[in-house]
Parts: sequence; C-alpha cells; structure tokens
Amino acid sequence: MAASAAAAIGSPLKCGLISSQGFSGSTRSFQWRKNEKRNVRKGCRGVITAKIDLRPPPYSLDALEPHMSRETFEYHWGKHHRAYVDNLNKQIVGTELDTKTLEDIILLTYNKGDLLPPFNNAAQVWNHDFFWESMKPGGGGKPSGELLELINRDFGSFEGFVNEFKAAAATQFGSGWAWLVYKANRLDVGNAVNPRPSDEDKKLVVVKSPNAVNPLVWDYSPLLTIDVWEHAYYLDFQNRRPDYISTFMEKLVSWDAVNFRLEAAKARAAEREEEEERKKTEYEDNQADLDAREMYLESSDADDSEAD
Amino acid sequence: MAERLSLPELPYDYGALEPAISGEIMLLHHQKHHKTYVTNFNKALQQLEDAVSKSDASAIVQLQSALKFNGGGHINHSIFWKNLAPVSQGGGEPPKGSLGNEIEKEFGSLEALVHKMNSEGAALQGSGWVWLALDKEFKRLLVETTFNQDPLVTKGSSLVPLLGIDVWEHAYYLQYKNAKADYLANIWKVMNWNYASEVYEKECP
Repeated sequence: MAASAAAAIGSPLKCGLISSQGFSGSTRSFQWRKNEKRNVRKGCRGVITAKIDLRPPPYSLDALEPHMSRETFEYHWGKHHRAYVDNLNKQIVGTELDTKTLEDIILLTYNKGDLLPPFNNAAQVWNHDFFWESMKPGGGGKPSGELLELINRDFGSFEGFVNEFKAAAATQFGSGWAWLVYKANRLDVGNAVNPRPSDEDKKLVVVKSPNAVNPLVWDYSPLLTIDVWEHAYYLDFQNRRPDYISTFMEKLVSWDAVNFRLEAAKARAAEREEEEERKKTEYEDNQADLDAREMYLESSDADDSEAD
Repeated sequence: MAERLSLPELPYDYGALEPAISGEIMLLHHQKHHKTYVTNFNKALQQLEDAVSKSDASAIVQLQSALKFNGGGHINHSIFWKNLAPVSQGGGEPPKGSLGNEIEKEFGSLEALVHKMNSEGAALQGSGWVWLALDKEFKRLLVETTFNQDPLVTKGSSLVPLLGIDVWEHAYYLQYKNAKADYLANIWKVMNWNYASEVYEKECP
C-alpha cells in the first residue's frame, strides 16, 4: 500500500537495501530511531551514498481518511516533508554533517539555541517521520497497561493528560508541535535550557515547542507528537485547530507506537543510569588508589627522616 | 475601563483581490483569524484590568504573552487590509512621488525591493511577517521581518510600517498550498502603494 502511494507521488525508490525503511506497516512503526544509520544506503551498484531519505508514512496516503485527508498527505508528506529532506541534503553534502545520523545533525546544529542553518530542515525531517508514526488507521481510544498507569500517576487521569496535551497544542502560538515525552535523568541538559528543571526524573510530561524545535534538544525522549503548523490542518480544518486536535486524539493516535517508544525510553534511561553508576564507582576506586598512594608516600618520608 | 478593540471592516469585498488572493482566504482570514485576535485580546484586556485592580503582579505578567499575540495580530492585520487593494482601486500600481524616488534611491529599483521582500518572506521559518519599514528617526527605508504576530515596533521603536505581507500559512495555504513563493510573487498585483505613500509622506513631508 505504501509502495504504491510512494510511486504515485513519484518518490524514487532506491534499489538495493532499504532495510530499516520497509513497507510492512506493523514492524515499521515499532522502530526506535536512535543510532540508526538511516543515511547510509547501498545503492544499486554498492556505492555508499550518505544521504537522508524521505520515508513514507507506514500506511497509504488515504488511510487516515476522513480524519486526515489524502490531499493533506499529498502536500504535507509529498511536498513539505520532501522539501525538508531535499533541502537538508543540499545543505550537508560535502560537509562534516554528511556522515552523521539525523539525530546527531539535529543536536549539533541546535547549537545551544543559536541555530545553524541545517537545524530547521533536519529537525523537521525527524519531526515529520515521528509524526506519521504517531498515527495509525483506526487510531485513538485509550492506552492500557503500564503506559496508562504512568499517565494516571503523572497526570492524575487519562482525561487530565488529554486536557493538558490539547491545551499545549492549542496554545503553541504560531508554528510548532506539542509532545508527550518521557523525561529522565538530566537537570543540566548541556546543549539547551531544560524547560522543566524542577520536575522529578523519570516521569511523563507534556511540552510544546516552536517551529522545528523538538524535545531531543532537551535530552527528553519523545513519545507522541502533534504537528500544529497550519499546513498540517488547514486543508481539512481551516482555522479550527481545536477540532483538528480533538480528531487527532480521538481517531488517530497510535498508542502502540507510544508504548513501544516508552519501552525504548525506559531502557535507554536504565542503561544510562548503569553507565553513570559504573563511572561513579570507577572514580571512587581511582580516588581510593590516589589516597592510598599519598599515605604511602607520606609515611615513607617520615621513615627517611627518622633514619637520618 | 479601556476601550475594547473591534474588528475593522474590510475596505473591499472578500472576492475583490482575486485572482491574487482568493475570496475564500479573505473571508476566513478576516472573519475568523483577525476576529479571534480581537476577541482574545479583549478577553486578555479584561483579565488585565481585573489583575491590575487587585495588584496581582503574577497575573499581570502571565497575561503579557496573550496581549502581545492577540494585540499584535490585531495591529498587523489592520494594517494588512489597508495595504492591499483591488486592481480597480489602484492595487498593484507602482509607487509614485517621494516614496517611489526613495525606493529607487535605497534599493536601486522597485524590482529589487520586491525581490528582497520576497526572499526574506520565503526564508522566514515558521510564522511571521515581512515589512517595508520607514525608520522615522533616520528617514530611511528598510526591509524587516517579525515572527509570529510581533508588530514591527518590536524590531525598533522608530520603525513605521508602510507595507506588510502576512506569511503565516493561513494567509495563502488554501490557494497556494506549499508554494509560498507564488503567493509572494502574486500579492504585489494587489499591493496598495497609495496607502504606503500616504504613511510615508506623513512622516517625511
């Protein structure tokens, strides 16, 4: 289905490996993108081309009708998303960014808020991939299991979460995105100002971001997003952004995707905790060695002076 | 009690700027988007008055962004309707007189100015405006951009807007879709240089 949709738009499908792209809808939507070498492909003749590619959504362009029209997808994916990809490739070709992963390009070009030119394109490529995968045909409804438990814990109730998410999406003035994220570990996020530094670690929060900014720059793990740039909803809803947001929540959200991303985020957080523990132990061991050596040297000085 | 803002009337029919800007867009843009800015500004203004009367500093500060978004939206769109005109009312006719001369002096030609404004409009990421501005202190023309609904004065208190082009997607999407450059190319066909000249001559008599 996705293949024919892509062909209809005229997207060039490269022969050879399209390993992580795939068109089997269900497996594709369970991919966590971190560390994925998405921009290294073996072309037909085995030539490595370091290029970011335009991934199709994991469903056909009309699969979300009537809630999000095929016409919207033809422009939103076929023109907007495609332009971000093409423009990014033009910007990075022949530069040191050319060999990096998309996420690394985003973090480097965010440049602590002093955005470098490729940032907008890189972040928007990532954001739109993430957005298509945040939706599915027959989506909506309620989450279950651990995800629902965490939502209840961190928002009071599912309705509480929905209200906060909708409010964030409705009040992101101008262009931007609203997100459900898993926030873990860091208060000092180095590259950016942490928007929620007083919150505890390891919780779900709703955040919003302007233009192309996304929570990767705050070292948060995004779980769900809604695009509130006007181009995302204007053909279907015109100025009625709140209606678009409600439709998204009720009919489009893929809780499967959110679940999968949550598992990955927790695993990443646990890994990082272990790493930090390991480093801390190593440091303490080193300190102990240094202390021991100092003591030894001091006592041998004392012996020398006594010998005299 | 501060006077409430109201939605200014459009000085021409909704379809009068076609084919440059569709009647569908003009209707939504005026009656929905601009109207919403007016409504929400008035709401925020009411809340501000309440907060001021209670000396509630926290509420006063929190209301600033709503006042800026919605107030700016009203200011900017009020100018925009005036700096556009149907062809039958002079829309698209190039500037004459002192403004025309000043444009040649500052930018080389009208084409160069148009090209510059279109480039800056096209390059603007997200939502905002591109302006032909007069710096009334130095009596110089310049091209400036603002994000979201920030009025031109946020870029300099001596800046006076002569022409504004709305590059929020709602300004063109139904008709031009992602082809922002086409919208920018076409809007000059309904640009009201008479308005710009009037404002200019008032500041630079």
